[in-house]
Amino acid sequence: MTCLHLLLTLVFAVSLGTPVEIQRPRGVPLTKKPFYEENKPFTCLDGSRTIPFDRVNDDYCDCKDGSDEPGTAACPNGSFHCTNAGYRPMFIPSSRINDGICDCCDTTDEYNSGAKCENTCKELGLKERDVLQKMAEITKEGFLLKQQLIEEAKKGREEKQGKVTDMQENKKQLEEKVEALRTVKETAEQPEKEAKERHLKAWEEQKAAIRLEKDKAKMAEAFLELDDNADGFVSVSELQSHAELDPDADGTLTETEVQGLMGGAAQVDTSTFESVWTNIKDKYHSEVSREEADMSSAQKARDDFEDSEKALREMDDQIRNIEKELSFDFGPDAEFTYLYSQCYELTTSEYIYRLCPFNRVSQKPKYGGSETNLGTWGSWSGPENNKYLVMKYEHGTGCWQGPNRSTTVKLTCGKETVVTSTSEPSRCEYLMEFTTPAVCQEPANMDLLPHGHEEL
Amino acid sequence: SAPPCGCFILQRWVPLIVLLCVSARAVDRSNFKTCEQSAFCKRQRELKPGRSPYRALLDTLELSDSRITLQLINDNNKVRLLLELYRLQGNMTRVKINELKPLKPRYEVPDVLISDPITETLSVVSQDENSLVLSLGGKDQRLIVSAQPFRLDIVEGPQVLVSLNSRGLLAFEHLRARKDTKSELEQATEQENVEQRTDEDGQIKEEEDKPGMWEETFKSHTDSKPNGPSSISLDFSLPGVEHVYGIPEHADTLKLKNTDGSDPYRLYNLDVFQYELHNPMALYGAVPVLISHSTDRTMGIFWLNAAETWVDISSNTAGKVRVISSEAPQTDVRWISESGIIDVFIMLGPKPADVFTQYASLTGTQSFPPLTALAYHQCRWNYNDQEDVKSVDQGFDEHDIPYDFIWLDIEHADGKRYFTWDPSKFPQPKEMLQGLMDKRRKLVAIVDPHIRVDNGYKIHNEILSKNFYVKNKDGGDYEGWCWPGNSGYPDFTNPEMRAWWASKFAYEQYEGSMENQYVWNDMNEPSVFNGPEVTMHKDALHGGWEHRDVHNLYGLYVQKATADGLVERSGGVERPFVLTRAFFAGSQRYGAVWTGDNAAEWGHLKISIPMCLSLGLAGISFCGADVGGFFKHPSAELLVRWYQAGAYQPFFRAHAHIDTPRREPWLFGPENTALIREAIRQRYALLPYWYQLFYNAHRTGYPVVRPLWVEYPNDVATFSIEDEYLIGKDLLVHPVTDEGATAVTAYLPGKGEVWYDVHTFQKHDGEQSLYIPVTMSSIPVFQRGGSIICRKDRVRRSSSCMENDPYTLYAALNSQGSAEGELYIDDFHTFNFEKAKQFVHRHLSFSANTLSSRNLAPDSQFSTASWIEKIVIIGGSQPSSATLKNADDTESALEFEFDSTLAVLTLRKPGVNAAADWTVILR
Repeated sequence: MTCLHLLLTLVFAVSLGTPVEIQRPRGVPLTKKPFYEENKPFTCLDGSRTIPFDRVNDDYCDCKDGSDEPGTAACPNGSFHCTNAGYRPMFIPSSRINDGICDCCDTTDEYNSGAKCENTCKELGLKERDVLQKMAEITKEGFLLKQQLIEEAKKGREEKQGKVTDMQENKKQLEEKVEALRTVKETAEQPEKEAKERHLKAWEEQKAAIRLEKDKAKMAEAFLELDDNADGFVSVSELQSHAELDPDADGTLTETEVQGLMGGAAQVDTSTFESVWTNIKDKYHSEVSREEADMSSAQKARDDFEDSEKALREMDDQIRNIEKELSFDFGPDAEFTYLYSQCYELTTSEYIYRLCPFNRVSQKPKYGGSETNLGTWGSWSGPENNKYLVMKYEHGTGCWQGPNRSTTVKLTCGKETVVTSTSEPSRCEYLMEFTTPAVCQEPANMDLLPHGHEEL
Repeated sequence: SAPPCGCFILQRWVPLIVLLCVSARAVDRSNFKTCEQSAFCKRQRELKPGRSPYRALLDTLELSDSRITLQLINDNNKVRLLLELYRLQGNMTRVKINELKPLKPRYEVPDVLISDPITETLSVVSQDENSLVLSLGGKDQRLIVSAQPFRLDIVEGPQVLVSLNSRGLLAFEHLRARKDTKSELEQATEQENVEQRTDEDGQIKEEEDKPGMWEETFKSHTDSKPNGPSSISLDFSLPGVEHVYGIPEHADTLKLKNTDGSDPYRLYNLDVFQYELHNPMALYGAVPVLISHSTDRTMGIFWLNAAETWVDISSNTAGKVRVISSEAPQTDVRWISESGIIDVFIMLGPKPADVFTQYASLTGTQSFPPLTALAYHQCRWNYNDQEDVKSVDQGFDEHDIPYDFIWLDIEHADGKRYFTWDPSKFPQPKEMLQGLMDKRRKLVAIVDPHIRVDNGYKIHNEILSKNFYVKNKDGGDYEGWCWPGNSGYPDFTNPEMRAWWASKFAYEQYEGSMENQYVWNDMNEPSVFNGPEVTMHKDALHGGWEHRDVHNLYGLYVQKATADGLVERSGGVERPFVLTRAFFAGSQRYGAVWTGDNAAEWGHLKISIPMCLSLGLAGISFCGADVGGFFKHPSAELLVRWYQAGAYQPFFRAHAHIDTPRREPWLFGPENTALIREAIRQRYALLPYWYQLFYNAHRTGYPVVRPLWVEYPNDVATFSIEDEYLIGKDLLVHPVTDEGATAVTAYLPGKGEVWYDVHTFQKHDGEQSLYIPVTMSSIPVFQRGGSIICRKDRVRRSSSCMENDPYTLYAALNSQGSAEGELYIDDFHTFNFEKAKQFVHRHLSFSANTLSSRNLAPDSQFSTASWIEKIVIIGGSQPSSATLKNADDTESALEFEFDSTLAVLTLRKPGVNAAADWTVILR
């Protein structure tokens, strides 16, 4: 019943227009044909033993490495080669030979199972070429875009590095200025100090009274200034125009931050403005002249000193921010730089997903509800050969009885920069697909695509 | 599955309470009653051993060919009971006790016995004023009825095998009228009863009402108890017995523990969220069968009652240091049930196999599953959508791991409306099923018994219009909360309802279903999230009976109706496959069970062995535990060890809770993938052996996996072993179930026997504890010398792909140089083996250097394409020649190889058809 699938297959192929017949045992790739010489004893490819040639493909496993049964399912570790003329050749585990399932598009794996397989290689080949062609086009264009990105990133980086250098130079000057002003201040403060020492108590009281009065005046003035629409209330938006009040000094004063400054109130009147004033007075820039006529020289020296010190701090922040940006791993050619400080959204039936590369991933219900953090930037975590194919965002909001949310972002080559899909394969572990030109590889030569005659 | 309830309810319905649950990692015991909290159990347990108030009225004796009856009277309240005694064919005695004249009929469990047991004549041997001696035939077996106090003893010669009511714990709460609401009629009846009672002697002790007799409240639930107290109890003493087993389902040791000072073992089907190990709490299923074993005899007690039941075990040797004692060992067992009658079958053995045969003759044998159901199952709550199913399917092929079934949990249905598909996640179920069919694989979709109350849902509307729902105590449709929200519960005790349910599995009824789709019944205890103890109210009504009476049967009926549906949809051709969580005695006839919602903990892996062994002893062989553990996330080591253990348990399915990270076999790194692949491949190679064992289980009722003592009943060392077991009688498995294990110690039984490591062929003597160093790839499995096991070593991507593949015979020789085994083959999926005798059943034997294959079923007929590719003789010697002799007397020489270090002889390619007669002669 079994020795029937004995031997040789005829493989027809087309080469230079001439039909050629090549005989070799079933399941053997052309490259291994020399090891299977008809009528000569066969030596297992691992060299473990030699058997008569009629035991090759006799449906009994003699070689430990399975090499005597390339065309049957007899060996547990064997593999079968299908030529798949018109498509691409492949190896399948020999357990898939005659298992009733069509694996090879040329049907050669099902020669004795009764499975009705149709040769689909031509179709698959066409389809694949089509897909590959499209892919190649995308890759080609994407790769060009990538070159631009690299160029831009390079420029941007140089600019930023230049800026940092300049700023560091300026910083040095600033530092010197701060020191000089400190001296001026200390000198100017000397009489004050002496007076203080003499009439410490009186001075303190006086100073406090003056300060209070000044402060009150300043506060009243500020209130009027701030109350743009003169409705007797200072509102969130009115306060928000004063960017200098930004508590985290990140350059933007958000609504939330303002609300914080206002103690959660949407608007304040003059009586409640006092508490707001306490929060803002140190940073508040008057809309009219900052000059105060009656500023004492000591006060002026102090202010000058503080201004320059503040400028220095701001510069430090800026330098730090740029250095932070420069420290990110934006890929081997910095091609991912353009994603920095950008966000990309995908809306599904239920949620709006938002990916801000190198920052965070979030999910917000489409119809109201609060945002959930699906992870903050962790690391590149693609395969060893190219870690830049996968981004990992971690430590998002915790799950009930589960882990903290995390997101894996898979990057594929595309002309556009888009989030193409999101899913939650496992509870609280999200998967996002993201296309970007930045991962487009240099296009392979189109001539290398399979054309159905690479296997003879 | 097994969508847990408990905290989940809270999570889903009362978000505020979620936080309270997060910290509660284990079972919330307060959700479930202790004996103290179960009024009847408390009442019954308060009764201590002593002189029984019951007296047998020997002058009421009536004797017929099939039974004897006589009346019992309770001298305290004068209520009379009717005792029926039967001698049953196959060495069993049936004892039934009911009220002589109950106020209304008491429930007698239907549909569990496969037929009226065949009786044999009970003859009176002798009788005097205080006793009656009946012959049970056979070896001087007698049934002795003692009149005052009433007791029954079954003796064999001078030896008492079992005594009933010897401790005086027979207690039968007779039905009585409610005092406050007695109708005139009832009063009249009452009067009559009292008159009858006063016949005996003038005094009647009016029984006082005790708390919980007429109403009982547990947590916020009140049981209205319209029938009042109705519980029953009876004690059994087993002299000479120290080991008792069975009464599943409990997450406890194989050998039952003494329950003095703790709660009794409870049998009450419940959905227990995150169950605890090693306690007698009730779980999802109940089989009221207890097996006793000693070196002298194996017996069984089958207490046929479907109400809430508690079992007390008391052994006079338990916990004692075995110094020389004059006291003979004895185990006392007491059964307490809330309602119904006493109907008990005493299975007298004497051998383990006899008890299995006896029990099978009463409740039937294990259904013979299609082969594919014995292969590997991949489950998860939930595979999210068709795309997910497809990619998991591809994952198996990419990693060259075989599997037969992928499973869909509750999220696949449209709004938890079973028999439907979520239109956005599973828009084209047939396309998905066809994709699986193209790979010769299958799918299981869950169908739970709770039905969403929704007038846009066809199934609900039909049940409603046919009036098939269980009723609440006031006669309206009973409603409770479950996965879909407000749900109705079809009355599966109603045969018309079951027939209707079965018809819903027809392909044209169940839209999107196909023949490679099978079914899983979960939550069929039934689980009612907002019910008392997460189940149905006891005063709910199933026709004329209370839920109290039928509770433990509900799950059996659900599975039965579903299995019937699968058979019907194929026109009676195909064997069904249905998995159930709840079960009862007789559930073995309908499919597989699993041990419910376990956890990814080493303790849960360990307990899976005694849990399935206990089920096997109670007739249910097709048992498995969720591989990997349902709750929590297993470490890679635990997962691998669980696959290795699960590959050698009857039902082999991986499953995971929805909140756990994905854990398909390839997600733990290439090394672990390889280990899991190897474990699953070992399962597939051994499928012919599993299949043959299930065939035999189906024919005989013998469990497929067995505790060692079943095959080595005289070896006391085996009586408490639960970390290893036998598959059939020829394979001994000692899975590694300890974290970081570097060795296991396996006990190899059988003086004079030998065992061979199936992986290395190394030989070990029997009756020794063997220290076995292990690595992560080790699965210690031994083949008994004297056995022949058939395998299919060409493992493919699903069992269907292997159906025509050749067999390799592994003959492991005993010390006499002989071995025997069986080979069973059929079409692997239809009833033709039964209906048309289409199968091959061969006996294989090796002795005196001759191996032959003989037909065990000459009147059967089946042709197979499978052949014999290799014969491996383990523990043999080197022959000078090997000759194959065919049925037509043609001969051919076989090539062979001999490994002298391991004494393994391999015969190359006999090539004979697996169904043929043949002989191989070694010279």
